[in-house]
Amino acid sequence: MTYAEFLNEHGARLIDGSIITVQQTILAALLAIAIALVMGLMRLSSNYVVRSSATVYIEIFRGTSLLVQLYWIFFVLPLFGITLEKFTAGFIAVGMNLGAYGAEVVRGAIQSVPKGQYEAALALNMSPFSRMRRIIFPQALILMLPPWGNLFIELLKATALVSLISVTDLMFQAKQINGTTYLSIEAFGSALVIYYIMSRLVITPGMRWLERALSRHMSRA
Amino acid sequence: MFDWKWDFTIEILPRLILATFNTLMAAGVGYGIALIVGLIFALAQRTPIRIINWSVREAVEFIRSTPLVLQIFFVFYVGPQFDLRLSPWTAGMIAIGLHYASYLSEVYRAGLESVPQGQWEACRALNLSTRRTYFRIIIPQALPPALPGMGNYLVGIFKDTPMLSVIGVAELMHTANALGSESYRFLEPYTMVGIIFLAISLPTAFGLRTFETWVSKTLGMSKSKK
Repeated sequence: MTYAEFLNEHGARLIDGSIITVQQTILAALLAIAIALVMGLMRLSSNYVVRSSATVYIEIFRGTSLLVQLYWIFFVLPLFGITLEKFTAGFIAVGMNLGAYGAEVVRGAIQSVPKGQYEAALALNMSPFSRMRRIIFPQALILMLPPWGNLFIELLKATALVSLISVTDLMFQAKQINGTTYLSIEAFGSALVIYYIMSRLVITPGMRWLERALSRHMSRA
Repeated sequence: MFDWKWDFTIEILPRLILATFNTLMAAGVGYGIALIVGLIFALAQRTPIRIINWSVREAVEFIRSTPLVLQIFFVFYVGPQFDLRLSPWTAGMIAIGLHYASYLSEVYRAGLESVPQGQWEACRALNLSTRRTYFRIIIPQALPPALPGMGNYLVGIFKDTPMLSVIGVAELMHTANALGSESYRFLEPYTMVGIIFLAISLPTAFGLRTFETWVSKTLGMSKSKK
């Protein structure tokens, strides 16, 4: 069986799987960004309770495996009365996990904005909220974009694990094709190449573009 | 609603602890492979032969941007197509070792590049051999900036070992799955796995940070003595 025949027969399934993977990645990324912003800012709070609850969240999600968290959310949460659809459980687990890593990125970026910027905003009598929104955060955003690029690649790779709770993503389809045809190189190899294309030819250039666009916008303002 | 059973927890604990040793072994062996192969990857990118540089660079990029779990399946299932039967352990160690080798090669590379060019030139001016240049001058300076990354990936490989359960390596996650399907109770096994992971990875991360400061202090002192 040539590779062209293989693609002809199973290409549609690989595409279906890729679409699910893209959906999982986008939803998980949105969740991760939201969690990272909230937890990152909470880590910088002056209130002890707020600060330490963010630390506990971050340490729990960074200290255990994503697979453990995924299984916990999918198999154990129903015992507490929270039953999630496998698709939902998948992107929530991935988003919550990467959100914990992102929170540290957000915290680090905000802390590396020079102290003088805080003082100047304070001297101009800005409220804490507008100080963060108009002065500190835009500068932190530029600093945090490159690490976020790496995180998004990690996130895309992490979505492969949702196949283990039978979300029909790219990984799942590759496994199914392998199971029915035993063409392991073609099945898993094609999936590897598709993941590679998504991260190297979509996410990386996309983030570069975003970095350039943002720094252009910032230097004009 | 919250029906945690302590007697069941105690009953499964011995099997989980036994599996923890397998997990630690998988992480240790995988990291050992990654340390050595990563160094080969890093040095291969410094050779003057363009084709080697380029192909190793691309291979590292490829491994880094594709999912580990897919690589584990790939290594495990592609072998038999060539009449090469790998046991789950062997396939798992190859996959996880290569994956982290490509991460570590980037850490080594950054460490080596952080040593100023002048240090290399000074070594050449003093007519030091390549061996002495690396072991006495370059590596002592490249190590402290590389250590945090190396430590992170040690914890990282430990946290990625549950993926080996997909091809049947009897580590923690695999055991928890088995316990869960034997008893139809998932709460205790999965929660205990999470707690065991936290109990190992948090102290390890703390220990590594202490070790980093110790190393950079020790190496720093030896430099000022000269």
